[in-house]
Amino acid sequence: MLDLLVPGLMILIAVIGLAKKQDVYSALLEGGLEGLKLLLSIAPALVMLLSAVHMLRASGAIELLTQFLSPVCKVLGIPAETMPLVLLRPFSGSAALAVGADLMSTYGPDSLIGRTAAVMLGSTETTFYTISVYFGAAGIRKTRYAIPAALIADLSGFVMASLTARLFFTPL
Amino acid sequence: MVMGFVWTGMLVLSVIACLAKQDLGALTPAALEGAASAVTLCLSLAGPLCLWSGLAKVMERAGLTEKLGKKMRPLFCRLFPRAGRDELALGYLTANVSANLLGLGNAATPMGVAAVKRMQQLSPGPEASDEMCRLIVMNTASIQLLPTTVAAVRASLGSASPFDILPAVWVTSVVSVAAGLVAAALFGRARRA
Repeated sequence: MLDLLVPGLMILIAVIGLAKKQDVYSALLEGGLEGLKLLLSIAPALVMLLSAVHMLRASGAIELLTQFLSPVCKVLGIPAETMPLVLLRPFSGSAALAVGADLMSTYGPDSLIGRTAAVMLGSTETTFYTISVYFGAAGIRKTRYAIPAALIADLSGFVMASLTARLFFTPL
Repeated sequence: MVMGFVWTGMLVLSVIACLAKQDLGALTPAALEGAASAVTLCLSLAGPLCLWSGLAKVMERAGLTEKLGKKMRPLFCRLFPRAGRDELALGYLTANVSANLLGLGNAATPMGVAAVKRMQQLSPGPEASDEMCRLIVMNTASIQLLPTTVAAVRASLGSASPFDILPAVWVTSVVSVAAGLVAAALFGRARRA
């Protein structure tokens, strides 16, 4: 089933586009260019952050941090290794992507930690960025409870990501 | 601004940790290796990201966002009783959430900003309304049907089935949105009381 998901989706989208009398191919190219531009815009951030992340890992600071935070992680059921991702996610999308990709390559994309990191990345957003863009544009200065409520959503996302990654996949 | 401190902090922390271990030789190769691995990551992301962004554009052109938005109208009138009565605000809201669902982040942000601006016009003031907070929660909790970037990273690292995380992502998103909305409702009631 899952093997047909991607090709099926591609065909479905293309056929719907054709049925709506759209120039499907030029839309593909236009969107593709936008995707590459987006990648180009985050590439410098990825370089800077992955440099820093590799230095942190080589220095052993990440191990120290995970050891330090592991009691909290046990209570929440979050793998301690994913803590750097959890801590960076609300602040910077590219930093979270860098740390997440690093976790997936260190532990393997199909490992429990790799999958947990992937689910975390896929089901959360850059909270503070979103809040500042949305409220900033509308000139709203008093955000009231938007930040705590959004952070509660994030936290439950991280806990659930750890839980679903464990439940849906038997650890390799 | 914040990221400047975060980045510098990361470097300082790694130097301190290395000084404690008395093993400073590891840092320079690690920095260069990290930079190189970022470029490898970008290269392997480029193909899938280009492909999906292209397909996303076709979805946008074919009016799939609007269609999905129309289906969600009843739900939105419930979640946003005040903005739901305003045709323009409702349009922005549904466009924002359906673009998020389809993974069209670029299209979602301007619609979300427009929705907040319109809500601001409907109930002026420097304070965020309950409905604005609800919209923020729905956006920060990220409801996505196809997390394509993550799948692309997994594929580039040799995952056997990059999309097998989908059910886990869906369950997680739904739970976190629900938790955020419940929290927002509780906070809203507490502030009013």
